[in-house]
Amino acid sequence: MNDVIIFSVASLGAIGIAASVILYFVAQKFKVIEDPRIDLVEGALPAANCGGCGFAGCRAFAEASVKQAEDKSNLEGLNCPVGGNDVMAQVAEILSLTVEEQDPLIAVVRCNGSLANSPKKASYEGASSCAFAHNLFSGEGGCPFGCLGLGDCVKSCAFDAIFINPETGLPEVNDKCVACGACVEACPRDIIELRPKGKKDRRIFVSCVNQEKGGPAKKNCDVACIGCGKCVKVCPFDAITLENSLAYIDPEKCKLCRKCVPECPTNAIHELNFPERKPKLVVAGNEEKPARPAVKADAEAVKIADTREVKKGTDPIPEEKAAETPKSVEKDDPASTGNSEETKEN
Amino acid sequence: MLKTFKLGGVHPAENKISEDKKIEVLPLPKIAYIPISQHLGAPAKPLVNKGDAIKVGQQIAKGEAFISANIHSSVSGKVQKVDTVIDASGYKRTAVVVQVEGDEWEDGIDRTRDIKRDITLSQKEIIAKINEKGIVGLGGATFPSHVKLMVPDGKKADVLIINGVECEPYLTSDHRLMLEMGEEMMIGVEILKRALGVNRAVIGIENNKPDAIEHLSKIAKNFSGIEVQGLKVKYPQGAEKQLIKAIINREVPSGKLPIEVGAVVNNSGTAYAVYEAVQKNKPLIERVVTITGKSVKNPGNFMVRIGTPVSELIEAGGGLPDDTGKVISGGPMMGKALNSLEAPIVKGTSGILIMQEEEAARKQVLNCIRCSRCVSVCPMGLEPYLLEKVVMFEDFERTEKERVMDCIECGSCQFTCPANRPLLDYIRLGKNKVGQIMRARAKK
Repeated sequence: MNDVIIFSVASLGAIGIAASVILYFVAQKFKVIEDPRIDLVEGALPAANCGGCGFAGCRAFAEASVKQAEDKSNLEGLNCPVGGNDVMAQVAEILSLTVEEQDPLIAVVRCNGSLANSPKKASYEGASSCAFAHNLFSGEGGCPFGCLGLGDCVKSCAFDAIFINPETGLPEVNDKCVACGACVEACPRDIIELRPKGKKDRRIFVSCVNQEKGGPAKKNCDVACIGCGKCVKVCPFDAITLENSLAYIDPEKCKLCRKCVPECPTNAIHELNFPERKPKLVVAGNEEKPARPAVKADAEAVKIADTREVKKGTDPIPEEKAAETPKSVEKDDPASTGNSEETKEN
Repeated sequence: MLKTFKLGGVHPAENKISEDKKIEVLPLPKIAYIPISQHLGAPAKPLVNKGDAIKVGQQIAKGEAFISANIHSSVSGKVQKVDTVIDASGYKRTAVVVQVEGDEWEDGIDRTRDIKRDITLSQKEIIAKINEKGIVGLGGATFPSHVKLMVPDGKKADVLIINGVECEPYLTSDHRLMLEMGEEMMIGVEILKRALGVNRAVIGIENNKPDAIEHLSKIAKNFSGIEVQGLKVKYPQGAEKQLIKAIINREVPSGKLPIEVGAVVNNSGTAYAVYEAVQKNKPLIERVVTITGKSVKNPGNFMVRIGTPVSELIEAGGGLPDDTGKVISGGPMMGKALNSLEAPIVKGTSGILIMQEEEAARKQVLNCIRCSRCVSVCPMGLEPYLLEKVVMFEDFERTEKERVMDCIECGSCQFTCPANRPLLDYIRLGKNKVGQIMRARAKK
């Protein structure tokens, strides 16, 4: 009995030793020599594997970076949009290269054809895919360039950064956006664009991609760019170009002066995260029109939207009153205050 | 003996409401929108400008590419503008907009109903005439007819098949045409035979039109080499490849044209248009269009000038019913819902179907239970459930491998699916994407 145990242990041990010797030599012979910096660089990357850098994943990007270190002294042409400048600085440090700071980008949805601005003329109930609907028809609102609202961009986003707002039926981008560009690829109508985030997140862009002439564009959507060219004339930096009846603001040239925004007759130019306008600006823009009591009122009450209304020539006083009434209601009625708190929590 | 194709097929309710209604002539529209691209292939190039006075039958756009077709004015009057209008596709396409004034015809067009039997032109002249007069396939695909008749080198056609199947439910335009213009159509078949250089022509008609089978069989006795073949009722028998399989039992290989097996298929409406072009010198400026639907007050078949807005045809049918869910250009299986009633009737419009709300609504989509009913009804032997999945997951390599390009988009799979899945929607998307990939590959 003991013999059997001894024999089996000894023979298995012998096989084990023999195999380990063979494996040792094989491992030596077929050793893959890999630059250890690839692992280091990969460790520094965000491991999102989103493809936003243009490579197949973070590992491929790390390999490309290390390869670039052999030929060049900088990381030109390589950028991890997810990690941003911090991660790129780390990568540069590992590879002892230099890297230029890049302006962070963000996805911008250039369509404002919400349910209110571009009312439904048809109803679509086919497969829930923008790519398919785009091949089929011009869209429920009728605009052949506008957002179809079926959410191919939402499906493509790996960062939960873009959602369809059920009220407007349009996608909205939140702070989680890392500018990987997946939604830009997914949109069959090229509505989404990567634009610089801007100082303090301030951005100005034309929220329309309709290349039709003014009449047909306006027919389908109240806030379409009609290609009138007013913004082009007013821009002091030559940042706006007009092509195919569509204005485009070059983010590199734009100095965010906001002069074009009130000029637009269809409110197609959007400004984001700017402080409210000083009343001075409004007076300067509308000097020839004398009836303007709202301007003298509390500056904070006059919102950007209101100034646009003023431009159209409507009487601003009722709006001011309307702005005041809810305040008094809030003070008097405890129920409504409760509601507003609830919404804040949500 | 009745014939049919073997693989797949479905039996949708026929609903041929308008089959006893004689063809009436629709009054001229006030404004005609004549698109410059009413055919498969490159759009034609407009020859007229704003303000030009034009006559009926005058050429207003020239098809310059190899696969393209001429466009002629269907009305007389003044060109209001050459601009984009919404067409049946829902997109804006270039069209010639004509303000109609009177009904003045171009010289040399024989407008009488006298039947002209002698065919005087030679093979080449016939094809040139068909090209000149802008004849396209009137079954729906609108492939330019002269291209179809030019048999490529090394191939030989031995049989001409005339499609009088009209397998789409509701539509009756071909049926009425065969009954009322059978004699003219038969001369058209004779002309097509001569253009192709074949001795045999078979007219395939489904057995739900016994009057048409009887009528045409009687006329066919006066012609040599034309036979009428009754077919069992089965959708999609009117599809080119299925019809060839049913009538002469030959199978067109994947990705190839019917000429590969020596057959050329033309629609019965096309045969009539060919007769008018060759014998009467009349371009393709009008066609028979069915206006039908369960709630339509006055369903019927109308001879409509190309470019007439759909709304005018609906007026002739008794107006838009209150319970309208969808207005479809074509039949219920393969037609396309319109999103503007001002879209013009074009060469490929065989019918306008007004569906009731209840009938048109899509049902709730449930999960696929792998019952494989879609596989058993697919006339091309594809696996629609699998194609839907691979397109959903954007695996377009696999989609191509599963032969998505062979799909004829007949909609049998979606019709039969007990889970109401949008199978054809995804297959169409897959065809589109794979087509793009294949074209990009061919460019390299």
